[in-house]
Amino acid sequence: MSSESKYIRIYVMGKDYLVPPDLTIMKAMEFIGYKYIRGIGCRGGFCGACATVYRMKDDYKLYTGLACQATVKDQMYLVQIPFVPAQKQHYDLARLKSDSSIVMGLYPELARCVSCNSCTKACPQELEVMDAVQSILRGDLTKTANLSFDCIACGLCSLRCPAEIQHANVFQLVRRLHGAYELKRSKHLEARIGEMQEKKFEKQLQEYMKKTEEELRKAYSERKIEPEEVV
Amino acid sequence: MSHTPYSKEIEDSMSEVESTRQKRLKQKLPSLSLNEREALLKMWHPDYKEGMKRPLLLGPNKGDSVPHEVADLIEAYPLIDPKELDLSKIDYDVELLVIGGGGAGAAAALWANYSGVKSEDMLIVTKLRFGDSNTMMAQGGIQAADRQEDTPVFHYLDVFGGGHFTNSPELVRALVEDAPLIMKWHEELGIMYDKKNDGEMIEIHGGGTSKRRMHTCKDYTGLEIMRVLKDEALNKEIPVLEFSSVIELLTNDEGRVNGAALWNLETKEYQIARAKAVVLATGGFGRLHIQGFPTTNHYGATMDGVVMAYRVGAKLRDLDSAQYHPTGVAYPEQIFGLLITEKVRSVGAQLTNKDGQQFIYQLEPRDVVSSAIIKQCYGDRTGVATPTGAIGVWLDIPLIEELRGKGAVQRLLPAMHRQYKRFGIDISQNPVLTFPTLHYQNGGIAINEDAEVLDASGKPIKGLYAAGEIGGGVHGKNRLMGNSLLGINVFGRRAGLSAAKHLKRKDGKTKLSLGHVAKYVEALKEANVPMTRKSPMILPEYRGKEVLSRALPIFPI
Repeated sequence: MSSESKYIRIYVMGKDYLVPPDLTIMKAMEFIGYKYIRGIGCRGGFCGACATVYRMKDDYKLYTGLACQATVKDQMYLVQIPFVPAQKQHYDLARLKSDSSIVMGLYPELARCVSCNSCTKACPQELEVMDAVQSILRGDLTKTANLSFDCIACGLCSLRCPAEIQHANVFQLVRRLHGAYELKRSKHLEARIGEMQEKKFEKQLQEYMKKTEEELRKAYSERKIEPEEVV
Repeated sequence: MSHTPYSKEIEDSMSEVESTRQKRLKQKLPSLSLNEREALLKMWHPDYKEGMKRPLLLGPNKGDSVPHEVADLIEAYPLIDPKELDLSKIDYDVELLVIGGGGAGAAAALWANYSGVKSEDMLIVTKLRFGDSNTMMAQGGIQAADRQEDTPVFHYLDVFGGGHFTNSPELVRALVEDAPLIMKWHEELGIMYDKKNDGEMIEIHGGGTSKRRMHTCKDYTGLEIMRVLKDEALNKEIPVLEFSSVIELLTNDEGRVNGAALWNLETKEYQIARAKAVVLATGGFGRLHIQGFPTTNHYGATMDGVVMAYRVGAKLRDLDSAQYHPTGVAYPEQIFGLLITEKVRSVGAQLTNKDGQQFIYQLEPRDVVSSAIIKQCYGDRTGVATPTGAIGVWLDIPLIEELRGKGAVQRLLPAMHRQYKRFGIDISQNPVLTFPTLHYQNGGIAINEDAEVLDASGKPIKGLYAAGEIGGGVHGKNRLMGNSLLGINVFGRRAGLSAAKHLKRKDGKTKLSLGHVAKYVEALKEANVPMTRKSPMILPEYRGKEVLSRALPIFPI
């Protein structure tokens, strides 16, 4: 290829290809002719479907990333993980309470954590994964919920874990326990639900539904904008 | 200014943004009047650009103009010859079939389940993984009028004004009236909304809101909602079929929708599902790249549901308008066109031109802000050329730190902070370059407040329900931030409840046919639609041109 110089070389599942630099791994794979079915979802770094592992030339380390977010590099030697096997325990949240024994009961393998920190190193979101696991063992579910909040469930940590913990599913349970039982319920929401049951706004809404466009435009233009609250 | 990847010219412009920051901190631009907004839209919004649409040649919306990209899929032949499918062998025989595995589909399945439809009598079918959807990607928040200072009536008025008074009153009423109960449901499910210590919701503004009613989960609001709904559906053991795309709906002789033809994306095998009720929750059209715009949408947003429903006889509405989110990424190239959440502006970031001057109040409705940005770039020529040749304006994110204290950007916007950090840009220190990107299908198929799909005469098509982005009328010609996460829940719930009610009527299972497709094919031939045009799209094509030009179909499918 005459324009070879401006291309970089990558190895997809061991086979080499020339691709333009500055593409994401995902776009580079498409450039060379892959039509994605697995290993793709949102293309924006939120769904965790495009977990990728790679090595670099003359480097023993195994790196991880998201194909839609990581840029290809010269001599990258990669494979995408199409699926991460993980068991999810079924539960009825309404019958649980916010207690680490509940989490340990559903996912007893948590106790096998050896604090090797492989999970943390694998996380493409750069979360403190091991600390989130250890907080469960110490009974601090609030900390786990907050540390794991940005988890996109790509499963890379689980693939690296010698204790075979299924982090994403464990953290999901912890966050739901935290959200349902540790965070206080909103009183203003409760009050509004009561008003809605009393149909407090029904008549007014019906009036608005009958308004002409001209009347609506007038009401819209005259409405007051509430100031922002800085928190 | 910290280290940046920019040229001197761009850095100079960035310095202008920095030098005006303290002054702008106290400068709030006035909101535009309705007339000023409309004038700006007519001049600069892509919806008004000449030559980008054409009237449909056939079907319930014959004569109505839609973008060419939409028309190309509606005026298209089915992927299969209806005679090729054997409909006598039924692979999935269920009560309720939910098509689409995003937020609307999950909510529909859950509420059908709550009202008595057994899990084993349902099937969710999705062409990606369950949850990989635009819901997952929605960052900014969800609206609900639940504070005493606010009422559903204010919410109603905001939705109508945002939508240019073209919305369906019944649907907007449903949206605003159900909002508090959706929030209550979410609290019970354990969704971690941002709250104060006493449990009260932290609520902010969005573009076009008159009261603070945007509830957030940092800037992962949609991710948090989606993963919890998914977790709950899995707990209920609702069956999910992934990597299977619906390629056609099925009907009985009377036109009642009673199933779907599925296609396994991996084995290429078709399968037949029969159901007494079908919920369409297939999302929108971002991946059609209307007018060549990049998109914030997930890989599967190809409007399949609209195409299939139209063949059944569903009426469409407001599909002439598309939502371009004001702040797509203009640089770096790797994430070009992806979303910079509106929450960035909700918590204080302003837009400036290359001289560091504000040109629009940052929380106007989306179409207005987008038009103002396009005007800066292509009318006033006060945009900034990015390192890769695109044009954009500045989004001054560091202003948030001035307003809310050091660390506020990372605390309130961890997803955005992380996304730019991956490319060496610290958004708490530096403004970013932005330009509008295709974001949302404002219109869609016509539905009523019970989420029943309507035909050309306004009557419900039996057995067919729709929820989420696929439905038109809720948002009129322009959706406000925070009303899509609300909409998928409100209408997903209503679709699930309506379908469950319908199932209780014990209608017998009926014979499956593709008669409506055969009829549609006749109409396509009559309209001289080129035979090469086929739909639904299922997945967009991004493979390299060179490789495609040399591809050989040795393993034909």
